[in-house]
Amino acid sequence: MALLDIENVNVAYGDVQVLFDLNISVHEGEVVSIIGGNGAGKSTMLKTISALMQSSSGSIMFDGKPMHNLPPEEVVNHGLVHVPEGRRLFSLMSVRDNLLAGAHNKKAYAVREKTLEEVYTMFPRLEERQDQAAMTLSGGEQQMVAIGRGLMACPKLLMLDEPSLGLAPILIAEIFRTIRAIADKGLTVMLVEQDVKHSLSLSDRGYVLEHGRAAMEGAANDLLDSPYIREAYLGI
Amino acid sequence: MDLVFIAQDCINGVLMGLIYGLVALGLTLIFGVLKVINFAHGSFLMVGMYVAYWAVTLSGLHPYLALVIIVPAMFLFGYWIQNLLIRPIFIAEKNVREPITVIIVTTGLWYVLDNLALLVFGPDYRALAPNPLKGQMLEFGEIFISVPKLYGAIATLATAGGLYLFLQRTRLGRAVRATSLDREAASLMGIGQWKIFNIAFGIGTAVAGISGAVLTPFYNVYPTVGIPFDIKSFVIVVLGGLGSIWGALVGGVIVGLIESVGPNFMASTWTEGIVYALFLLVLFVKPSGLFGQKQDW
Repeated sequence: MALLDIENVNVAYGDVQVLFDLNISVHEGEVVSIIGGNGAGKSTMLKTISALMQSSSGSIMFDGKPMHNLPPEEVVNHGLVHVPEGRRLFSLMSVRDNLLAGAHNKKAYAVREKTLEEVYTMFPRLEERQDQAAMTLSGGEQQMVAIGRGLMACPKLLMLDEPSLGLAPILIAEIFRTIRAIADKGLTVMLVEQDVKHSLSLSDRGYVLEHGRAAMEGAANDLLDSPYIREAYLGI
Repeated sequence: MDLVFIAQDCINGVLMGLIYGLVALGLTLIFGVLKVINFAHGSFLMVGMYVAYWAVTLSGLHPYLALVIIVPAMFLFGYWIQNLLIRPIFIAEKNVREPITVIIVTTGLWYVLDNLALLVFGPDYRALAPNPLKGQMLEFGEIFISVPKLYGAIATLATAGGLYLFLQRTRLGRAVRATSLDREAASLMGIGQWKIFNIAFGIGTAVAGISGAVLTPFYNVYPTVGIPFDIKSFVIVVLGGLGSIWGALVGGVIVGLIESVGPNFMASTWTEGIVYALFLLVLFVKPSGLFGQKQDW
């Protein structure tokens, strides 16, 4: 059984349906990329999984338990953690307090000092800046805080929404290297990206979302080699 | 004019100003988290004063000892008001960040509470009895310091310090700050918005309860006692910066000083004009208030 199983999920904003009978699964230890253009429904999908949005039908099972009837704060308790698009840091709080706020659920709070040390080892720059307000950091550093804050919640599955958004190319490469390093430690990652080349090349599998439907799925390498992806998403 | 009088007025102004700040503290905390102005805050103060009055009258406790009854009672009162009355509006208008209807509901609550008090307790002005602090003064040469106001000022500093430490140092306090900055991102971190709203409203109301206990030893209780404090609190939190603890205290002291020192130089009715002129000036020059921080979310 997959760690995360999304079955026949339909989501609408009022009268406008965004996701149509979506089926996606993520297995333990995998890195899965969800790629697609603007408006394909990628962020809506993540918001539905983390219960910020309600699906009109379908089921979302995580670790064998249904998630689609829970409020967002309880989804986190099960280890399903969503790092939102645009980072969404607590701007006036210090870097350290942002990270500690990530460890709010009881299980994560008990081991917060240990996790904090791991996050600081992964992002030494955050330790240097731990007392600075999050809003004073650069874009790349803010993304590190966002990922670190997600890790502080002790996730079983980390869902990242466009971590490369608005970053300089050199920082994008660094963020993707970090994501790969996190996955190599055994954490399951679901990566939603518009940067198709980078995200597929560090993933095991991928889905292509188009107009709210899963248009393609397969091993990440196969997708990278597919003529359709090369033409539509990579422009080669 | 004698400098002793000025010094006396300054001391009175600072003490009374800190107590104004204490009342405003509850308002600023609720605003900071929910982003809506609670127009019933003066009525919460009124309820706090009646709770203090009856707690002292029935138990015979010192008003400051009665805080062990007042604070939990007022916390639960605020917690349930938010949970039963205000939360449904936030849910109904979940796509609106600062639903204006909440202001209308809290204004309605103000009228209901004030009139309920009138119905139940009648229009009488009630003075605390037994009142161990009644009329007590400390003398320093020619300067007199009112003991109940001094205690009130100390209680204000203790409450502000306690709130600050709670917000900065505890898990729940951090969750309250996170919710105030980005409630959706906070919920993605496992911080439940409604629980935090309830708690913030409860704490703000408990602070109104502390203000009630502080005021009753030298201020009469009557059903509309909250109104002058409500308006003053609103001016104070705008002066100091909405959502700022220290801003509320500084704003309170500024208003207290203008009110008590001003009459040496002008007819005392003019002092209110100065307070409002300053209020407007701050809105024009620094709309986020003296200690407010601009934030985008």
